[in-house]
Amino acid sequence: MEKEEVKKIKDWMNTEEYKEKNFNRKAIVINPARACQPLGAVLCAAGFENTMPFVHGSHGCVAYYRNNLSRHFREPLAAVCTSLTEDGAVFGGQANAFEGFKNALTLYKPKMLAISTTCMTEVIGDDLGSIVGGAREKGYLPEDILAPYANTPSFAGSHLEGYDSMLNAIIETLCKKSDANENKSDTINIIPGFDTTTGNINEIKRILKIFGASYLVLADYSNTLDYPLNGEYKLYPKGATKLEDVKKCMNNRATIVLQRFSAKKTAATLSKKFNHEVRIVKSPIGINYTDEFLMAVSELSGKEIPGEIEDERGRAIDSMTDAQQYIHGKKFAIFGDPDMLVGLTSYLLEMGGIPKYVLCSNGTEEFKKEIEDLFASYSEGEGEVYINKDLWHLRSLIMTGPVDMLMGPSHGKFAARDAKIPHIRIGYPIFDRVNIHRYPLYGYSGVINLTTWIVNKFMDILDDESDDAHFELMR
Amino acid sequence: MAVDFKENEDLVEEVLSVYSEKAKKNRKVHFGINDKENCGSCVTKSNMKSLPGVMTPRGCAYAGSKGVVWGPVKDVINISHGPIGCGMYSWGTRRNLANGEIGVESFVPFQFTTDFRERDIVFGGDKKLEQAIKELHELFPTAKGMVVESECPIGLIGDDIEAVAKKTSDEFGIPVIPVRCEGFRGVSQSLGHHIANDSIRDFVVGKGEVDDSKKTPYDVAILGDYNIGGDVWASMKIFEEMGLNVVTHWSGDGSIEEMKITHKVSYNLLHCYRSMNYIARHFEEAYGIPWVEYNFFGPTKIKESIRNIAKLFDENIQEKSEKVIKAYEPKMQEVIDKYRPRLEGKKVMILVGGLRPRHIVGAYEDLGMKVVSTAYEFAHSDDYERTTKELEDGTIITDDLNEYEFVELAKKLKPDLVASGIKEKYIFQKMGIPFRQMHSWDYSGPYHGYDGFEIFARDMDLAVNSPSWKLVKPLWKK
Repeated sequence: MEKEEVKKIKDWMNTEEYKEKNFNRKAIVINPARACQPLGAVLCAAGFENTMPFVHGSHGCVAYYRNNLSRHFREPLAAVCTSLTEDGAVFGGQANAFEGFKNALTLYKPKMLAISTTCMTEVIGDDLGSIVGGAREKGYLPEDILAPYANTPSFAGSHLEGYDSMLNAIIETLCKKSDANENKSDTINIIPGFDTTTGNINEIKRILKIFGASYLVLADYSNTLDYPLNGEYKLYPKGATKLEDVKKCMNNRATIVLQRFSAKKTAATLSKKFNHEVRIVKSPIGINYTDEFLMAVSELSGKEIPGEIEDERGRAIDSMTDAQQYIHGKKFAIFGDPDMLVGLTSYLLEMGGIPKYVLCSNGTEEFKKEIEDLFASYSEGEGEVYINKDLWHLRSLIMTGPVDMLMGPSHGKFAARDAKIPHIRIGYPIFDRVNIHRYPLYGYSGVINLTTWIVNKFMDILDDESDDAHFELMR
Repeated sequence: MAVDFKENEDLVEEVLSVYSEKAKKNRKVHFGINDKENCGSCVTKSNMKSLPGVMTPRGCAYAGSKGVVWGPVKDVINISHGPIGCGMYSWGTRRNLANGEIGVESFVPFQFTTDFRERDIVFGGDKKLEQAIKELHELFPTAKGMVVESECPIGLIGDDIEAVAKKTSDEFGIPVIPVRCEGFRGVSQSLGHHIANDSIRDFVVGKGEVDDSKKTPYDVAILGDYNIGGDVWASMKIFEEMGLNVVTHWSGDGSIEEMKITHKVSYNLLHCYRSMNYIARHFEEAYGIPWVEYNFFGPTKIKESIRNIAKLFDENIQEKSEKVIKAYEPKMQEVIDKYRPRLEGKKVMILVGGLRPRHIVGAYEDLGMKVVSTAYEFAHSDDYERTTKELEDGTIITDDLNEYEFVELAKKLKPDLVASGIKEKYIFQKMGIPFRQMHSWDYSGPYHGYDGFEIFARDMDLAVNSPSWKLVKPLWKK
């Protein structure tokens, strides 16, 4: 194509007219920030002791989940499947499942198989209950092997619902209603939700340790997906949630859910089926939500907020006020999973920043209202929130109404490049930067991390773009 | 060199001893010990179903069609037709570089999906597909075609994507190509390659016009180079220096417009035999175009390949080809002199897809490294025929090598380098074994051609000889 013709079309793609056309589409999704349910189920399963994620479907699916998660964590990710082919589509997948159980148990010796489905097995209507029951009866699945199963169709929800369904299945399978009693322990359960920032889980545990509070993280892959390199490959690294602990979790003091939108089913099971207290908090990103989280911990543990943590708070506030001039009035476009976006919006508003576009490919009306309420509480008239939109929509937004920075997973880099704005990697997945997921966004440490990344990025740009006269020592 | 076949046979036997009788019987036929005296395809069974419940390295037909063959074609829109995941996971992960303005001339860095929801499964997705194609045509008017890649549900719910493709193709005047690459078809990516090749045969081949006065006897096409990290460009450089005219490259940095005129070339040069032999054979049968396989990994194989290709042409090309070989020799010697002493005798274990387990052997040997085992994800018997002669006798050859077997073999063979994929990378690195991803060149490349070898050599050295590996054991445990 002629260069001029190319430029003409590219320019047209940056117009209001194109944006309108783009927002009118109904049937095609272009560059979504959303994965499918089974991926979330596999991630959740990776947080439990000696557990093998077991996906009922073709091996292409499980290869994709393993690739995707390994690219983000830069860690091995074990998962098996039933390797269904055409005959599975015709006759159902039971025979493969039976054989799969047998082989997986022989090779990998798990204590638990965490079984999820794919769109194929959902469409052909395989019934996991009868497959697991049949396998028990016929000896393919001995009684001492736990086998929670969750329906995780890829054509409903997203990775968030898949995570939730698997966690729910594990709790429903391992916890007996008859074992639930009113004699609560002091332990607080923490459900992080679909959170691929292992630094977040570690930060929460660090805070609870400072409190001196006993805790149980439900789906703790902060060690299994970040385990030490010491010359030995471990199929089941230590540090995952212990199955014996899960069995008693409903008798713990209460559960704090750190992600409203990826633990709905699980939260409902705990509170309704087991009459267990569930506290759903905002993801503790920024000062306010961290404060709220700490108050919930304090109340549930009956312990005062430790002075050490108050000091940390003071330091975080210090870091913010030192740097606020570089964020105040700056406009941001942010995208990713809903709970992270709520926290990030709150943090940016605390800093005087303007979260101009908050875009969520897997958001609900409830999420939208949370963001709108946040805007309203800061009398911030400029923010716009979009649900079930994709990154091609986001591109139209930032090309027609510019912002200063994009924040979200790696896939945003194309839009950021077109808009010539910096892109801070945050959320899932991050494929093109190292170690980011090890740094918490949560807690007061997270406030310092976010402030550091954002402000220093702006300063790098200032240095890169300054002429000789304005290339100054101090910033 | 005397080879102790028995030793390796016992070693394999030990690895397989964990299986149940039935599974062991299944897996045993996929292991072989190389013996050049024997028939190549006898070394292992291949292209059979994977065992359920083990960590097979394999992917699916969709991955073969969309991910491998069609995905790199830059001027078409690849629609992942079905639920969101498949398109999401195959988005930008093969590193198929492409020139051209993104969204105008190149659609490679996109993820287009019809994002099936429950109602599409229940009521069918044909209307949605039709609407999607219409919207894409409006938003990306320069796209030269659309390729509809079916995900699992499409074939199960009985949608008629062929009818939608026909209708929209007529309406918009561009090819809309239905590809039936549902992931449950076949046993691996391999069937997906075949299905994609067939769709190209049916909808693309022979559709373009060429001004015959512009044709030359030196017109060639590259088949089976996906421009991972720029491989196509490094290869084209050599062909052009040989005096050949590369009309088209399939499908890395590829264009459907060029694919349409491939039937006018004099020869097809085939790099990845596994994924594109089908279309090469079609060109031979339907248009009488001969095809020749080549190997552009490492100077030894490059030299061999250049001469093989030059033989097809006149003296002029042959002379130029010798000049090319000569011109690069000092540079290649320099690379070998620099890296060979650092890599001499180092042992490599390979598990890749359908070509590289044999094609990269020569490049390792150029560096003095020794391939102690090689394995394919999805090879067929004709691949094994081509493999055995590339390897020393006694080398362990495996088909559909799974994670358990790979780890156990490595514990016994104690390699200095493992060359495989992302799923395997961190497993071996945890074991303290240096690793290079040999699907994606580990975010480096190109590895093809003379330019590529220099990078390949550097990368193998930086993996094997990184000081960081020496830190795995703490001082107090040394």
